[in-house]
Amino acid sequence: MIQKHNYTATQNACKTCTPLGAALAFNGIEKTVPLLHGSQGCSTYMRRYLISHFKEPIDIASSNFSEETAVFGGAANLKLAIENISKQYKPSMIGIASTCLSETIGDDVPMILNEMGSYAGSTALVYVSTPSYTGTHIDGFHHAVRAIVDRFNPVSKKAGYRPKHKQIINLFPGMLSNEDIRHLKEIFNDIKIEAIILPDYSERLEGPSWLEYQAIQEGGTPLRKIKKMRLSTKSLEFGSILGLSVKKGTESAGSLLEKRFGIRCVRMGIPIGVKATDLFFKQIEKITGKPTPEKYQKQKGRLIDSYVDGNKYISQRKAVIYGEEDFVTSLAGFLGEIGIIPVLCASGGKSGFFKQSLKDILSKNIYKQINVREDMDFTQMEEHAKFLKPDFIIGNSKGYKMARSLKVPLVRVGFPIHDRVGGTRILHIGYQGTQRLFDTIINALLHSRQESSKVGYSYM
Amino acid sequence: MSTKLKGRGSNSNENKSGDALPDRLSMIDPEEVKKELLARYPAKVARKRSKQIMANKIDEEGEVPVMSANVRTIPGIITQRGCCYAGCKGVILGPTRDIVNITHGPIGCGFYSWLTRRNQTKPSSDKDDNFMTYCLSTDMQDKDIVFGGEEKLKTAIQEAYDIFKPKAISIFATCPVGLIGDDVHSVAREMKEKLGINIFGFSCEGYRGVSQSAGHHIANNGIFTHVVGKDDSIKKADYKINLLGEYNIGGDGFEIDRILDNCGISIVSTFSGNSTYDQFANSHTADLNTVMCHRSINYVADMLEIKYGIPWIKINFIGAKSTAKSLRKIATYFENPKLIKKVEEVIKKEMPQIETIRKDVKKRCAGKIAMLFVGGSRAHHYQELFKEIGMKTISAGYEFAHRDDYEGRKVLPDIKIDADSRNIEELAVEKNEKKYIARKTDKEIEKLEEQGLAFKSYNGMMPEMEAEALIIDDVSQYETEMLLKIYKPDIYCAGIKEKYAIQKNGIPMKQLHSYDSGGPYAGFKGAVNFYKEIDRLVNSKVWDYLEAPWQANPELSAKYVWE
Repeated sequence: MIQKHNYTATQNACKTCTPLGAALAFNGIEKTVPLLHGSQGCSTYMRRYLISHFKEPIDIASSNFSEETAVFGGAANLKLAIENISKQYKPSMIGIASTCLSETIGDDVPMILNEMGSYAGSTALVYVSTPSYTGTHIDGFHHAVRAIVDRFNPVSKKAGYRPKHKQIINLFPGMLSNEDIRHLKEIFNDIKIEAIILPDYSERLEGPSWLEYQAIQEGGTPLRKIKKMRLSTKSLEFGSILGLSVKKGTESAGSLLEKRFGIRCVRMGIPIGVKATDLFFKQIEKITGKPTPEKYQKQKGRLIDSYVDGNKYISQRKAVIYGEEDFVTSLAGFLGEIGIIPVLCASGGKSGFFKQSLKDILSKNIYKQINVREDMDFTQMEEHAKFLKPDFIIGNSKGYKMARSLKVPLVRVGFPIHDRVGGTRILHIGYQGTQRLFDTIINALLHSRQESSKVGYSYM
Repeated sequence: MSTKLKGRGSNSNENKSGDALPDRLSMIDPEEVKKELLARYPAKVARKRSKQIMANKIDEEGEVPVMSANVRTIPGIITQRGCCYAGCKGVILGPTRDIVNITHGPIGCGFYSWLTRRNQTKPSSDKDDNFMTYCLSTDMQDKDIVFGGEEKLKTAIQEAYDIFKPKAISIFATCPVGLIGDDVHSVAREMKEKLGINIFGFSCEGYRGVSQSAGHHIANNGIFTHVVGKDDSIKKADYKINLLGEYNIGGDGFEIDRILDNCGISIVSTFSGNSTYDQFANSHTADLNTVMCHRSINYVADMLEIKYGIPWIKINFIGAKSTAKSLRKIATYFENPKLIKKVEEVIKKEMPQIETIRKDVKKRCAGKIAMLFVGGSRAHHYQELFKEIGMKTISAGYEFAHRDDYEGRKVLPDIKIDADSRNIEELAVEKNEKKYIARKTDKEIEKLEEQGLAFKSYNGMMPEMEAEALIIDDVSQYETEMLLKIYKPDIYCAGIKEKYAIQKNGIPMKQLHSYDSGGPYAGFKGAVNFYKEIDRLVNSKVWDYLEAPWQANPELSAKYVWE
């Protein structure tokens, strides 16, 4: 039996705080400066953390609470912060996220912004509530995306709504890597359909050296496009957990547009693995009427061919997966598909839908062989993993300590990756991303076999 | 750029050491740069910032301008500063390996301070406690904020005790904790009584004070109150010192230990690189306190002197010459010819290899320009290393220092106590009649001072910098990018938050908080590492691949040309 300790404290968390997700999402909007309403340490910590993964400049401003602000409220600080940012950076938008400090004292930010007319000069002000004691970074990310869509597609625009003939797809990919976002852009480019991807930090958080000084790096979803999202044909939203929670009444960016403007939102898991990517292309075909380009058919062909060739190395191998619930679900779907048993699927999140989403994606035979743990930290994970004896673990850099003590390889995917370069350039999605993950996993297993083999190690 | 920068007077391109600055730089007037930096700020903000941006001036009495420091960052100005919690938990208590740290708050604070600094630790055996890879948090949820989190904290402490059986547990309050009225100190007292180990809390909510400096203060006060003086056993050693304000980033402390060990000098405790609980408990038995980072710890040195009679001197192990000088200072203090001789032997043994490399590197680096915006001491200390390879620091500033770190300790009586500093507890320390031992008589101290050994003394950064160097306190991200544009330094030293924006501009960047992935840079071996690293940075061909903004758009630089 697996030892079960129910700890009260979190030891080595497998999640981080809500505003970080919001700050990242705001970085995916053109000419936007994120602003955290709280103590300056929050901004500094989150900048520092995001930068260690992206290895790019990331600015996050703060309203710099002092003790007096904490007692008397943060309105004056917030207004001053907005004024200063507008003057220094001349942004089109300031994305404001709350923190546990401003939430605990009950600052009414929407009221403060209303007083300002929701604009500072020509800078649009967008607010999202992200108390760090509720949810995790992924919730902050989704909330921020919804808040942006909400702000620029208000109910009042409903009267003027006229559907166009040109097909435009709203795409809410969730928290993916830069390379993933670039891949999505490539796909829509290839099928010649315009997709408004929100957010899109793939250029801003991975740009070339500057030819000209840039107060805010180039890239990101332009506001003018976000304002047109209410005119799109369909929305596509990734995330099976997100989908399940929308069914239970949570509002997402996609469901908001659906409710307000009648734009149907197609929801599906993150497309990792053949099955999930098939579904993705099928949905695109259905929505746009365009066939999947040959290029992708070929990618699929090569992938399946390699599945066959590589099966001998991975069949019945055991893996521990951890990270955001949606990401883990999709990875589990992929591993299940190639015959690896994801013996432990763990997340620091606790949406309540984790088991369901895994049950939905995995075959019965595999599902009964796995353990699903939400609200889990790395210490508990390691305790479970010791018992389960995985062949490798897959997830972000934070699992390194576990990999080291289990003496198994860590396949680095997702966020954050701060102990390797290229975390932002990992492609996880589509046939091509799946191909890379497949190769990486097999090579990691081969590497450890090679390292530990006394004989026959040169030709595995 | 709107304003054109005018040339300075004919004498001003001569600096203290007599070497002329490169032409393009000698023509930049720091007063004009200051105007440029302030131009985009609203009037009130510009007024405040103008007191934190100064062209250095040194008059005949060695007086420097008054520098506004340790003042609150203005909202919306993207500062590089961290918070009180970061200073307390991350910087001071983080490097101690055998105290279990519990963050009381929502998950973010603990997560971001979990092994994100490169402070290294080396337990003497595998059996020794090392909790540094753990990050414990009460991970407060909505209900804890509404109903209070004290019970959860108590359970967390009990758990930590059951799992780790540590000597001590410390608790760190984050922003919401103070607001909802959780009392970490009473919880600590209660659990200390229950479990019989040392447990103490820190009120280091992020909104306290103006920067991480407040957190350093709260942490050090806590260690002084709850740990120092608990173990009176006297270590058998001839020359016992404490090393205060050394955090073993990139293994700096290991190199310093090696050198001191070669000299026969014993370290009783280091605050707090590679440290243990027992070192702190025994630290009052040392005979000399040596202060490395003046900012983070000078008050501890003062308190140790008042309470236990240990004098303190400022030392600096950054730079080969500074290291030699610091060793000589320690030897002078102990007044033992054997030690003085030993120290000279060590220096004589180490220096030749260093000199060979230094001279070689200097050939390629001399005349190049550095800018340093880091820390509470490093922006000063690292100028030594740059000097050794012929590089000049034309602009520098601290992230979280106070006026005395800029202007010297002589300004201490003039520093105004404001609302922010008032909130940080000052301990009232008295002589401990039982444990106080005067290490030196007044006469002996006087004699040593006559020999040039300065006690309780730090002159600050500004008197040692060139006149007309631009000093900026709490430089913002925006100002940083403006400075790059104007000065185009050969190297810029700061932290990871600034790093990539600087490199995007085609300027080599060295992290001096975490040393990138390098180090040690302290001591003799550290100096060599640093020379080589700077040589690699400023002379690497990788920069040839990219075109800096002013190369692509030469008209940009033309705007700074003076008539």
